[in-house]
Amino acid sequence: MSELTNLTIVGARDLLAKGEISSKELTEAHIVAVEAARPLNAFITETPEKALEMARASDTRRAAGEAGILEGLPIGMKDLFCTEGVLTTAASHILDGFHPTYESTVSRNMWDAGAVLLGKTNLDEFAMGSSNMTSFYGGVENPWRRSGDNRPLVPGGSSGGSATAVAARCALGATGTDTGGSIRQPAAFCGIVGMKPTYGRCSRWGIVAFASSLDQAGPMARSVQDTAILLRAMAGYDAKDSTSVNVAVPDYEAAMTGDVKGMKIGIPKEYRVDGMAGEIDQLWQQGIKWLEEAGAEAVEISLPHTRYALPTYYIISPAEASSNLARYDGVRYGLREEGATLDQMYEATRGKGFGAEVQRRVLIGTYVLSAGYYDAYYNKARKVRSLIAGDFAKAYEKVDAILTPTAPSPAFGMGDKMDDPIAMYLNDVFTVPASLAGLPGISIPAGLSAEGLPLGLQLLGKAFDEETVFKVAGVLEAAAAFEAKPAFLAA
Amino acid sequence: MSVDKETVAKIARLARVRVDESRGEALAKELSNILDWIEQLSELDTEGVEPMTSVVSMTLPLRDDAVTDGGYPDRVTANAPEATHGFYTVPKVVE
Repeated sequence: MSELTNLTIVGARDLLAKGEISSKELTEAHIVAVEAARPLNAFITETPEKALEMARASDTRRAAGEAGILEGLPIGMKDLFCTEGVLTTAASHILDGFHPTYESTVSRNMWDAGAVLLGKTNLDEFAMGSSNMTSFYGGVENPWRRSGDNRPLVPGGSSGGSATAVAARCALGATGTDTGGSIRQPAAFCGIVGMKPTYGRCSRWGIVAFASSLDQAGPMARSVQDTAILLRAMAGYDAKDSTSVNVAVPDYEAAMTGDVKGMKIGIPKEYRVDGMAGEIDQLWQQGIKWLEEAGAEAVEISLPHTRYALPTYYIISPAEASSNLARYDGVRYGLREEGATLDQMYEATRGKGFGAEVQRRVLIGTYVLSAGYYDAYYNKARKVRSLIAGDFAKAYEKVDAILTPTAPSPAFGMGDKMDDPIAMYLNDVFTVPASLAGLPGISIPAGLSAEGLPLGLQLLGKAFDEETVFKVAGVLEAAAAFEAKPAFLAA
Repeated sequence: MSVDKETVAKIARLARVRVDESRGEALAKELSNILDWIEQLSELDTEGVEPMTSVVSMTLPLRDDAVTDGGYPDRVTANAPEATHGFYTVPKVVE
């Protein structure tokens, strides 16, 4: 780990602005770090040449007085964002060799703001997973280890490569996408900050679709302020995404005033779930205390339909996935397996190209949408989703934000929970409800488990009120003063 | 068990996913476990609840019915496993 790779985005931005370092120097240090971290498998594709070219162009722009808000900052891009001319895989065999001829809106926004692409980060196949183990390109190793135990752990998922790259100091920040917790849970597992904004805040155009009513892009970095800077560049209205919302993007950094006096923080009683580790509950109580000491008031609230969120999610998301993934047929891009007839070609291509978890979800989705089951499953789930969103709406009449743990456990071992899909799904028990309601949420590292692994606290906000989320998260971050570093740090 | 091997084969066919017959039994068990778990929603009374169509209350925007893009078949077919003369090619469909 060099001085340059250990910088925050805020720190790097200041040094670049003062002319003390160039983007070229900063980028070169990160390219070395990406190479050094190869054993972690955080990147599917490294783009060192492109990075250097972008860094040089950035230095030229800065010299001409044209610096954008991410000017010269090297980042990782989850390999779910289409990047023009750069292999985009969604970690699936079925997208073999796919080089998009267009750029996703979010990545385009970031390049326009001056960011530098280090490479495409690993993920669960089509973002379906909570461990990063379903990637066709192999699992990602969490840079953290339990104390006195060298067995590899998962980084969480699906944005596991992004979380690992940021935690191991290979990238100053990275993009993630969150459908049911895919930014927040890996951020918690890797001891970094991950922010899922309100549904509609970032354009979904050019992001490989998983479940369109839930998918949302967001930033991952090593401080709350860093994620605030990244989100400002990523967000914004886009006519190419009909669910993108046309509201102004605020300066999220400016919202971080440190003042939460008199704010009401909801503590949902239904989030005390069976089997939650005692140390997670303790950290949650500690988080409440920190906010109270800063002058906020903790208010017990009820989100009565919480326990139905996961089963609802596991109807809606596979249903949408089965429909979205119908496009992978071996005709227009990626893998093709030959067949005597067109149908046989489709079946062979999809049988070979989709991994086990993706097939499971496509089959579940097809089943719940099929004739005779549509009402019993899919429409039922959409009704329960309304009830879950209603729970939040009612709670927000009384409180400004909600504090919960991010995940019910710290990172688990690579290979664990693989034979029990439901045990794997339970990882997202605290993140899925807000996803179903489309609400913004952030995970910040707040402490270590008894075994020395990072634990996250989650703050949820009202729709399009990311500013409050950042403000409260900043206060929590300062109180937690999380300084621990992972066992593996890149060169 | 809510789905059997035959149902799995039927769904797999609908989804155009080839599933080895040897995996049918195991998949039926996995899917049944998930569906049984999902089944807990049935205990909730949702009579009169409006199904959610969008988390953000908005009307979908309309755009002009006009051609705004296109004219580059080579770029469109650039990633195709097989393409000729600006078209995708597939196995023979009509006898």
